[in-house]
Amino acid sequence: MALLEVDDIHVFYGNIEALRGLSIQVDGGEMVAVLGSNGAGKTTTLRTLSGLERARAGSVRFDDQDITRTAAHEIVGRGLCQVPEGRRIFTTLTVAENLALGGYLMRNRQQELRQRRDVVYETFPRLAERRGQLAGTLSGGEQQMLAIGRALMTQPRLITLDEPSLGLSPLLARAILKIVRRFADEGVAVLVVEQNARQALAVADRAYVLETGRIVLEGAASDLAADERVQKAYLGGFEQIVEEEEGREKEKEKEDPSPLGGG
Amino acid sequence: MSIFIQYTVNGLTAGAFYALVALGYTIIYGIIRLINFAHGDLTMVGSFIGWTVLVSMGLQRLPVFLAIALAALASMVVTSVINVGILQFAYKPLLNKSLLAILITALGMSIFLQNAALLVFGAGVQAYPHLVTSSGVFIGGVRISYAQSIFFTISLVLMAGLYSFARFTTLGTAMRALAVDHDAARLMGINVNRVIAIAFILAAILAAAAGVMIGLYYTQINFFLGFLLGLRAFTSAVLGGIGNIPGAMAGGLVIGLLESYCAGYLSGRWQDVFVFGVLITVLIIKPTGLFGERVAERM
Ligand SMILES: Nc1ncnc2c1ncn2[C@@H]1O[C@H](COP(=O)(O)OP(=O)(O)O)[C@@H](O)[C@H]1O
Ligand SMILES: [Mg+2]
Repeated sequence: MALLEVDDIHVFYGNIEALRGLSIQVDGGEMVAVLGSNGAGKTTTLRTLSGLERARAGSVRFDDQDITRTAAHEIVGRGLCQVPEGRRIFTTLTVAENLALGGYLMRNRQQELRQRRDVVYETFPRLAERRGQLAGTLSGGEQQMLAIGRALMTQPRLITLDEPSLGLSPLLARAILKIVRRFADEGVAVLVVEQNARQALAVADRAYVLETGRIVLEGAASDLAADERVQKAYLGGFEQIVEEEEGREKEKEKEDPSPLGGG
Repeated sequence: MSIFIQYTVNGLTAGAFYALVALGYTIIYGIIRLINFAHGDLTMVGSFIGWTVLVSMGLQRLPVFLAIALAALASMVVTSVINVGILQFAYKPLLNKSLLAILITALGMSIFLQNAALLVFGAGVQAYPHLVTSSGVFIGGVRISYAQSIFFTISLVLMAGLYSFARFTTLGTAMRALAVDHDAARLMGINVNRVIAIAFILAAILAAAAGVMIGLYYTQINFFLGFLLGLRAFTSAVLGGIGNIPGAMAGGLVIGLLESYCAGYLSGRWQDVFVFGVLITVLIIKPTGLFGERVAERM
């Protein structure tokens, strides 16, 4: 039995059917990518898993329990936490306060709280340096680290990420995905949705391709990366590759030896 | 000079009451973007509950501090229940719908509370018992009554308590987070509906405290006192930058002072015009309030 089992869910916005019978699975300690272009239904999928949208039909099971109708805040307590699209950190609170809210459910367990926070600060030393700063004043990359750090505070067994590389430089995007890969290696399952297929496929174990609310393709990440249809639709043509490489060159010129902060 | 200081003392006392009520406007606005027009009237109801306990139920015969504490406690409990009731039955169904609908509902709740009080307590003025002596001490020609110093101190303690709660506790931090993003708060495991209810209870507790103190200080209350009180408190909240907790406190004290100077140096009849003037001026010139540059740090 997989950690997360999504079975044939249908999600509507009014009359628009955003998810049309979507099914995916994630095992414990596995990193799974969901690829799809703009409007395919990636965000809707993650919002439904987190209880922010409701499936009209189908079921979501997490850790052998039905969470299809469970309230969003309770789902977090079960061990499923989301890093939402656009980060959505609490801009008017400090970095430390944002993390404290990640620890909201364990707010009366000081020692555990401190341990979690230390883990987050070790993972993202940049956050430790900025702990007293208002989150709204952080750079895009730092905000993404905070969004991930905040989710880590909830002690998740499955962490879902909605386009974590959006708006980041290719260098930072790679660093973020690598850190996320490390969570999976440490036993926290990861479900990441991305438009940035190349980088996601490079680190994930398995992947799904989502098109207009349905899974149209699935397989090992390496197989999908080699798949002709995926290459054509998501890995871009020659021109996109040239563009990415150019970005990488530029990045190297001002290379930051440790993009996540610290020494 | 001493007359100026006298007006200042009087103004600060009234201002502390406005600040307590203003905090209710600001807390609720901060978390659900609602200007809760019923809040002034909730304070009025709180005042009447205190009056009921002290006069109708006769608790005024108990030792003064016990009597006042019981009246305040009863008032806090009843106003909390009313406020959460209003939240659940009137506002909650509209929360994610039109902002205008919920504003109009708040106006409706204001009228509802006024009429309920009119029905239960009548249209006349009710007298609060003179429990806190209006005698006091003279310092250099300025009279500071015991009532003034006690009520001002209690108000400051309540304000400090609320500020510390919002600033230093995780639950208070969650309340401030709601001002930014409800869904993101849910994703942290925060039961948003519960935190909103807690905010309504906090607002009610401060309103009840203000209501009972206003009764004891001015010794006369009627069903209509919530309207002007609400207007002054709302102006205070806007002046301090609505949504901003320290701003509401400062705004309340400033409005209390301005009003006292206006009544003292010009005429008491101009007070309300004056408060309206401040409200309109702030809304036109600096809608973010005196602390407008810190809107990034609302609440
Ligand atoms: N709040 C909403 N109201 C109506 N339609 C929506 C809403 N959110 C998303 N949609 C629609 O649902 C579909 C899937 O959107 P989304 O899940 O955001 O896609 P993605 O994240 O893959 O870009 C799109 O057609 C989008 O227009
Ligand atoms: Mg999306």
